Amino acid sequence: MSSYHLDHLQHLESEAIHVMREVAGEFERPALLFSGGKDSICLLRLAEKAFRPAEIPMPFLNIETGHEFPELIDFRDRRAKQLGAKLIIRTVDAAIARGDAIPKPGVVSRNQLQTPVLLGAIEEFKFDCCIGGARRDEEKARAKERFFSFRDGFGQWDPKNQRPEIWNLYNARLNQGENMRVFPLSNWTEMDVWEYIRKEKLEVPTIYFSHERDCFRRGGQWLPEPPAHADATKPDPYAGARPTEKEPIKRLVVRVRTIADMISTGMIESKVHSFDDIISEIAAARVTERGSRADDKASEAAMEDRKKAGYF
Amino acid sequence: MGHHPVDILRFNTCGSVDDGKSTLIGRLLYDSKSLMEDQIEALERSADITGGGQINLANLTDGLRAEREQGITIDVAYRYFATPRRKFIIADTPGHVQYTRNMVTGASAANLSIVLIDARLGVIEQSRRHTCIASLLRIPHLVVAVNKMDLVDWSEARFIEICDQFNEFLPRLDIKDVKFIPMSALNGDNLVEPSVHTPWYVGPTLLGHLETVHIASDWNLNGFRFPVQWVNRPNNPTDRHLHDFRGFSGQIAGGIVRVGQKVMALPGGQITTVKEIWTLDGPLQEAFCPQSVTLVLEHDIDISRGNMIIGLDQLPGTGMDLHAQVCWMHPRPLQRGKKYFLKHTSNTVQAMVTEIDHRINMATLVPEPAPAELVLNDIGEIRIRTAKPLVYDGYATNRLTGSFILIEQGTNATVAAGMLLPSEQLVRPESGDYVI
Repeated sequence: MSSYHLDHLQHLESEAIHVMREVAGEFERPALLFSGGKDSICLLRLAEKAFRPAEIPMPFLNIETGHEFPELIDFRDRRAKQLGAKLIIRTVDAAIARGDAIPKPGVVSRNQLQTPVLLGAIEEFKFDCCIGGARRDEEKARAKERFFSFRDGFGQWDPKNQRPEIWNLYNARLNQGENMRVFPLSNWTEMDVWEYIRKEKLEVPTIYFSHERDCFRRGGQWLPEPPAHADATKPDPYAGARPTEKEPIKRLVVRVRTIADMISTGMIESKVHSFDDIISEIAAARVTERGSRADDKASEAAMEDRKKAGYF
Repeated sequence: MGHHPVDILRFNTCGSVDDGKSTLIGRLLYDSKSLMEDQIEALERSADITGGGQINLANLTDGLRAEREQGITIDVAYRYFATPRRKFIIADTPGHVQYTRNMVTGASAANLSIVLIDARLGVIEQSRRHTCIASLLRIPHLVVAVNKMDLVDWSEARFIEICDQFNEFLPRLDIKDVKFIPMSALNGDNLVEPSVHTPWYVGPTLLGHLETVHIASDWNLNGFRFPVQWVNRPNNPTDRHLHDFRGFSGQIAGGIVRVGQKVMALPGGQITTVKEIWTLDGPLQEAFCPQSVTLVLEHDIDISRGNMIIGLDQLPGTGMDLHAQVCWMHPRPLQRGKKYFLKHTSNTVQAMVTEIDHRINMATLVPEPAPAELVLNDIGEIRIRTAKPLVYDGYATNRLTGSFILIEQGTNATVAAGMLLPSEQLVRPESGDYVI
């Protein structure tokens, strides 16, 4: 009996592979959301496990805010190439230029502007399903999310009217214009993700490990100093996100625990150089991963409101 | 590393409104040190705003704004925590009558159900309903949490009285393993640490029980079942060995498969041999439920998504006339003669409800014959005719190959969860026409 036993990571892996194959079997034009962050790194390995030796039967899609860590972009492009996958990138910049996304006056973060760009990409490529790396342990509103999360013609999530999900039978049927978000990592925790990355020996962007960086203090967090404003003929994309005189720059040894973009990611002071170090640090952590995300602190229902509007 | 849970226990909590389900989960997370400072901070923040300074552990799981406002749980919330012994997945399922469908959702994949009972009220209709659903879903383990014992002065007599009330209707159900635990979720008695108030109780705490209950045999290792999800055919592979690769990908839904084993592909009925069990991590000699693998077969057989590959011992049933128990999950009632899509494993077929045999009266748990319809939250027994024969097991034998959902045509709403009764007709291996 004991040899027919799966440990918790093997269980989660098998469940996620099953979900990915249901996507391939049920949808005509799926896409996989790949940002280069740790969760979507796991998604890519799971896609390999689900579909090899064949090709991964869907393109990768990334929505750029324009404030990304350069290390993340490099990694994303390299990894997609290694896997021989098609990588589609749509940017908030282009959407603003077209008038599809309109920044709120005084708001520098483009977090919320990703939503119209994502919905635009879904429409442009007629995607009927997007696989994402969201986990239920991240946030309270996410805890109510299904594996197969139905979105109406406007991309909206209606938490009170979700399809019941019973056993491992996922109802993937859609009418014209509707689409599905699918979350194979629903049952994974932050710890599971890192244990899986360690077990599979997956490469991650270097910013997950400790490095020296110029930071400044704002809103109780260490934020990275944005890159210099290179092209003076254009408006500064980081206007408002640069440190003021009252926010002195400090050189610190830091890393990221979760990655949004440079504006909404708090750096944590840390000295970790290996996956073992990261796992020990998370095990001892006294705040959640999202505790360092400025985008979630807006209000108690910040995530719920963004999800209803069609966020990832 | 010290952070290696050995397996996963999935459980759900159910009870009536105000039985303290969310408090129980909040307390488990809090006492097992699975809560983080910012979560506690957020709790304190909302306590200042809405709770008059009192921290409400239920706010941890009631994630949506409407829930916090109304003080109820309106959907299934999933929570995670781990101890050195196990990883736990909790489905917090609401007790409101109109949300019973969510309990079925939360409980369907569970190893264990916790039914909460308010010690002052004892066993009420909701407790019966939830226990009945747990029994129908064949959840292997049940915990009866007799909560709010502090409000009955930790009376052993009251505890025994409630156990007796429970045991009265238990024989009518199909639950093998039941554990009664007296507790106060609010104060944490018998949750993680043994309570000083119950010297008369010698059993484990709730967490102690969750950590040790035996779940290794909850998966079905008899009778190989492999629903094909996806046909794996590399296009223009650079590796020459893969030119003729044709694999069948899926998650094993029952039993064990070995290289060299004879298997049958259904519905075709062709018999062939397993040539290779392909995984990204290298080939396996054998694989078992619930592993996800890709099978390469000796012969080139026409197999596609929705087909099933099975072992030759312990044959499944087959047929177009199904007999099943269903939980109805939609405001539009089930009606005889209506057509639905039926999704069973990776296979979706058209189906028509031909008969409603009975609906279960949830107050008495007695079946009432021949109702005109089943309405939201009803549980009953129906007959279904499918457009194509299904290959299936009785739900009591295999939860994965014995379950289905019904999908309403047009709206695509999931309207029912179904549990199949065993077929009278088994797949016949001697229908030798197909043997290659």
